[in-house]
Amino acid sequence: MIPAARPEQPATGVPLRATGMPLHDPAARQRWASLVLGAVLLWPLLAATEFSPWKIFEPRSLHASARFLAGFFPPATEAGFLGNVALGAWQTIAIATSGTVLALFLAVPLALCATANLSISSLGGRMAPLPFAVRQGLRGAMVALRTVPELVWALLLVRVVGLGPTAGVLAIGLTYGGMLGKVYAEILESVDSHAARTLLANGSGRLQAFAHGLLPEAAPELTSYTVYRWECAIRSSVVLGFVGAGGLGQEMDNAVKMLAGGEVMTMLIVFVALVAGADGLSAWLRRVMQ
Amino acid sequence: MPGPTEAAAPAAGLSLDLRAIGLARSVRGGRREILQSVDLIVAPGEQVAIVGASGAGKTSLLQIAAGALQADSGALRLGGESFWQLPPSGRQRVRRALFLAPQVPPLPPRQRVVTAVLAARLPSLGFWRGLSSLLFPLDLGAVQAALEPFGMAGRIFDRVDRLSGGERQRVGLARALVAPARIWLLDEPLAALDPVHGEQVLGLLCAEARRRGVTLIVSLHQAELAQRHFSRLVGLRAGRLAFDQGPDSIREAQWTALYDVPPHHGAAASTGAA
Repeated sequence: MIPAARPEQPATGVPLRATGMPLHDPAARQRWASLVLGAVLLWPLLAATEFSPWKIFEPRSLHASARFLAGFFPPATEAGFLGNVALGAWQTIAIATSGTVLALFLAVPLALCATANLSISSLGGRMAPLPFAVRQGLRGAMVALRTVPELVWALLLVRVVGLGPTAGVLAIGLTYGGMLGKVYAEILESVDSHAARTLLANGSGRLQAFAHGLLPEAAPELTSYTVYRWECAIRSSVVLGFVGAGGLGQEMDNAVKMLAGGEVMTMLIVFVALVAGADGLSAWLRRVMQ
Repeated sequence: MPGPTEAAAPAAGLSLDLRAIGLARSVRGGRREILQSVDLIVAPGEQVAIVGASGAGKTSLLQIAAGALQADSGALRLGGESFWQLPPSGRQRVRRALFLAPQVPPLPPRQRVVTAVLAARLPSLGFWRGLSSLLFPLDLGAVQAALEPFGMAGRIFDRVDRLSGGERQRVGLARALVAPARIWLLDEPLAALDPVHGEQVLGLLCAEARRRGVTLIVSLHQAELAQRHFSRLVGLRAGRLAFDQGPDSIREAQWTALYDVPPHHGAAASTGAA
């Protein structure tokens, strides 16, 4: 234990312990309770999902996976196949990018209308009932958009617009519009709103307060989240390919069906390269915007 | 309304009329009265200092006067119009004619000084002109002229996060000179300034407001400065009006009661001679 304050200690403020009583952190009990509660809640969930990771290491499973993985080597490198992969990769990037741009057209207006930081009626104290209802309604719309997974949108849209990338672009646009809108609105609410609120209080419009007060603070975070979502869209467009929405996914679907492990491996490598590229782009953009 | 480019010379000051203002906040274990039955009537072009100790309610009173906070009771009239009876668009129109400078300058750290100062002129710009000004600041001359008297002209293209606290406050006040406002409500404009700069800046703001005919309401905790620069002082003590009179007629006992301690021993003597 720490001995009582000695005279050579610098005399800054009050002594650490005024009395001989040991100190108790008043927050400690609550933290223990949260930990125990978390464990108690998590256990039935694990039981319900029959989560038993040790099965991976049983000899039978290990043998099967070894055989499966051995089929992945060496990666396929025939010129014709590589050409197809390049075309598929390009189509995947195109689907992801167009989908994300479409999502932006949905998300930006939704986020601007939904964020409470740009509310003029709340300047006086509480937000007026009508604007409050509109904001809640928009949040609900965004929940609906993103609750339906892009895979389900794609399955529906393939019926409407036919097989091909259009269904993938629309599916990503709808789901990601809801996600981006929600997160944009929350980013705009989490940054320091002092400048924007003051602009509103001095008579500026909402869009002016956004552009001059919120955007300078939020821009790096908004950009980095958008690029991350674009990266997710690349991944997601591969999955959409499995249901006939074009791109690398369709190629991969064919390869898996024909048990061509080498081709799957090549496409996985291309895939890692795409995601790594998106990561590099995001890091670069954030550095530039500092 | 002033024309789009004519931001620096508004027609005349805006009057302020606060009646029986009351404000309370619920705190743990009950309610705390922030302001109780405060009256404050300021004529167009008048200059008033609100003085009082920290926590006396100066900031809340300024926020209420600016229509940035709605009082629990009482009435606010700006330029003769009952502010909270106006429709939202009308309120925003009145807000365009006032300039509220919070104690912490509202400058986004990543923005450049020029953009942050020009933002004060947004109310008189259309959306698209405001947006283009974000990329290519449109009136560099006016910004330079506004920064010059505050000694900040050399920092016009610096980013706000490169400025010290005092420099940020001076930039925040320079915004008043480009705003299309007819009343300035300045909350502790000298909080981050050293005494010498504080004196200069306060003199400058008073002179500039007088030249433009703008109504000026300043909250200050330095009683001595308030006495030197203002002909009307409003004392707030624990949310109530303690006095509202000229500096010469305020007795030492009133100052003592306002701060519960004498503000400055030399203060009364120095103004007595003036």
